[in-house]
Amino acid sequence: MDVIPVINFLYGIPVLGLAFQLVGYLVAILPDNSPTIMVQATPLALAAMTGVICERSGVVNIGIEGTMLAAAFTAWVVGIAVNPIFGNPAPSDIFGITMPLLISLAAAVGVAVLISALHAWMSITLRADQIISGTIINIAAAGVTGYLDQLISKSSPVGAGEFAAFQPPQALVELPLVGWLLNMFLNLGPIAMSTVFLVIGLQVWLFWSRWGLRTRAVGEHPRAAETVGIDVIRLRYQNVMIGGAFAGLAGAFLSMEATNSFQIGMTIGRGFIALAAMIMGRWTPIGGFLSALLFAVFLEISQLIKIAPPTGDLGQVMTSVPAQLWDALPYLLTIVILAGAVGRSIPPAADGQPYEREAAA
Amino acid sequence: MTGQSGTIQAPALEMRGITKRYPGVVANDGISLEVRPGEIHALLGENGAGKTTLMNVLYGLATPDEGQILLDGEPIRIAGPADAIARGINMVHQHFMLVPVLSVADNVLLGEETMANRVFLDRKEAHRRILELGRKFGFEIDPEVKVSALSVGWQQRVEILKALYRNARILVLDEPTAVLTPQETEEIFAVLRRLADQGHSIVFISHKLYEVLAIADRITVIRRGRVVGERRPAETSEDELAELMVGREVQLTVDRGTSHPGRPMLRVSGLEASDDRGHPMVRGVDLEVRAGEILGIAGVAGNGQDELVESIVGLRRPTAGAVTLDGANITGHSPRALNEAGVAYVPADRHRFGLILPFSIADNLVLTSYYRPPYARGVVRDGESIERDARSSVERFDVRTPSVTASAATLSGGNQQKIVVAREFDRELKLLVLDQPTRGLDVGSIEFIHKQVIAKRDAGTAVLLVSAELDEVLEISDRIAVMYGGRIVAVLDGPTADKNDVGLLMATGGTARDGAQIAKASA
Repeated sequence: MDVIPVINFLYGIPVLGLAFQLVGYLVAILPDNSPTIMVQATPLALAAMTGVICERSGVVNIGIEGTMLAAAFTAWVVGIAVNPIFGNPAPSDIFGITMPLLISLAAAVGVAVLISALHAWMSITLRADQIISGTIINIAAAGVTGYLDQLISKSSPVGAGEFAAFQPPQALVELPLVGWLLNMFLNLGPIAMSTVFLVIGLQVWLFWSRWGLRTRAVGEHPRAAETVGIDVIRLRYQNVMIGGAFAGLAGAFLSMEATNSFQIGMTIGRGFIALAAMIMGRWTPIGGFLSALLFAVFLEISQLIKIAPPTGDLGQVMTSVPAQLWDALPYLLTIVILAGAVGRSIPPAADGQPYEREAAA
Repeated sequence: MTGQSGTIQAPALEMRGITKRYPGVVANDGISLEVRPGEIHALLGENGAGKTTLMNVLYGLATPDEGQILLDGEPIRIAGPADAIARGINMVHQHFMLVPVLSVADNVLLGEETMANRVFLDRKEAHRRILELGRKFGFEIDPEVKVSALSVGWQQRVEILKALYRNARILVLDEPTAVLTPQETEEIFAVLRRLADQGHSIVFISHKLYEVLAIADRITVIRRGRVVGERRPAETSEDELAELMVGREVQLTVDRGTSHPGRPMLRVSGLEASDDRGHPMVRGVDLEVRAGEILGIAGVAGNGQDELVESIVGLRRPTAGAVTLDGANITGHSPRALNEAGVAYVPADRHRFGLILPFSIADNLVLTSYYRPPYARGVVRDGESIERDARSSVERFDVRTPSVTASAATLSGGNQQKIVVAREFDRELKLLVLDQPTRGLDVGSIEFIHKQVIAKRDAGTAVLLVSAELDEVLEISDRIAVMYGGRIVAVLDGPTADKNDVGLLMATGGTARDGAQIAKASA
């Protein structure tokens, strides 16, 4: 049967025609850029894991943004300091790993854990308002990193460089249908590539391990957990700090893998988008990851529309819209999805509530 | 059972001369308690008598200043809940310590996880043990079902299961029947009997006299931190126990007198309402409360009582139907409009809705009237008249407090509720809506509040009483409506209603015909 007349007929309907063109455009352009989607998704997914680990145990952490920023800056600065000591070593063949890079990564994670410990102390021990505590971290991180960066960048220093992406064999990438998908998850640096494994591991850990069961119990009904002998305070500290390590990875990814240097405010709200991803994913690691991925797709689309707009009617429509609107698209879609999904998404019952040990009266 | 054979068994648990002081108060003053293997030992006392402190000492939540705890004759020190559990001492708390979103198995496992290896849980083995324990003690339960899907009675069994899973030898139950229907209470009693017969020792904390008489082998009564008597059920009575407990003669059941119903005051017709998630909870309720009568609504919690009450007092917009007060339509009116029209409301949760805990007693007393004279002149409040009236209320309603400027959070539950009662009762009323007005209060406070309610009725107020405590509904209602599945399934005459009939209607809803028959039989 000849389908061309049918398609021509459908093209005749204005909106439907544009929709067809949009699908065609996306199918043509997205697979080629699939690794970039994963690069966009990685810091969001890692930061969403921070949120999941913290909030499942009952601590709200909106300081993820600041923690990431501080980690990104630390990675960059430690790289500058350490690289000359090792005499600018040559990177390894796979992932471009050098000793200075590894030290920078460890430092970034360490700083993030320390900042999270501060958040834990303020919100668990001092029982301060957790939103305020997180906000303090965000403001302080933006201010301190911005100031120090200005001091340091006067001498145009050279950092430790960046991790390199793994190059999957061309034969794999060119496989029909699944090639682009393999490329998406293989054409990545070490941090991005391990994200998928971390997410799956966390999912298993949360729902099948002792730690996971205790975490969920403490986030839902801390007193019940305490009466069966679980140390609520200690477990929350542990979780907030483990969560901090994930935020540290996310920050390090930004300045050591996605780019090779630090820019002021380079997290551009990813810590907050990650919280939205966490909510959309109903506080599960895999859900949070898929939400981050979805957001990354929107982000990629909004970039591609600016760089390589489609031709034809659709292109005309798209280019006539101000570019800023495309920049806003991922965020607008997040609001729409969040508004639609949030009604069904129920947070842990004790989320954000400081725990007070039973005052035996 | 122990004692009957004449041989004296060594106590499984002995607490000797336990003294615990808190700043300004001696919570436990040389309390001694002995629990034998296979014994159900009741600990009877009013709220604030020191029962909870004693059990906190036993559970390692409080360190005693003096005294000793002996387990099988060996003196021990209990460092905390984990330590107590390890020694076989387990507690079923009054407010269940269950995580609603987790499964039965996960709740049982929590804190005492059966592990497949160092990291992962062995749920299979846990399921097997849970089923096995259930069979052994006569309550089989699906380990996979979520706790939130269980009735209160079954949740309690999960709590007991938790203790058994930890090989509990001594089981402390804190007010275990507070939220159960009579049928559920009997079922739990059967479970406890079976546990005792298999050698477990049970400490049963309660302030319900008839229950203690029904289940206990021995009863220890404490008052103001001291043991004031030890009795066997066979050699005592409710009246004697009440007197021991309160320290004076108590009227256990307030004399409700006869009601003289006048004109219909509250009329609810075809009312439907949904909960916050949009599930229909009230599915067509018709009821009428006359001036000068108390209509009690009996029902297991969660059968639409909350939504019904909230619809009447203006906190929830009904989805259908009408509410009229003294002939005037008040459907969907605001709480303030209703308040000014002569409706008073005592909410179930005094901490969240009845009081603003950090506020002073005086401020709490004017929550419904702060904006009008004499408490306000224009936009300025008159602190002096607020405090003067507060002092007078505190005196008349017997609120025990050092001053009216103390925050409401500093008072005991009974005194907090008296503030709510003082605020809501102390004016001309057409309708008084009471939601669980005596929950968690001691016998003395309950007596006081019930007397106030009867007085209000006799003054010609229509009273709508909702309570999960069936005893309360039976004691003071002139008529009883049973609510089940969002409908009124039966209306019975209060003074003649049979407790088991009502309990059965609460638990099953009956069929409309059964309800009518029971109603007829009771009338």
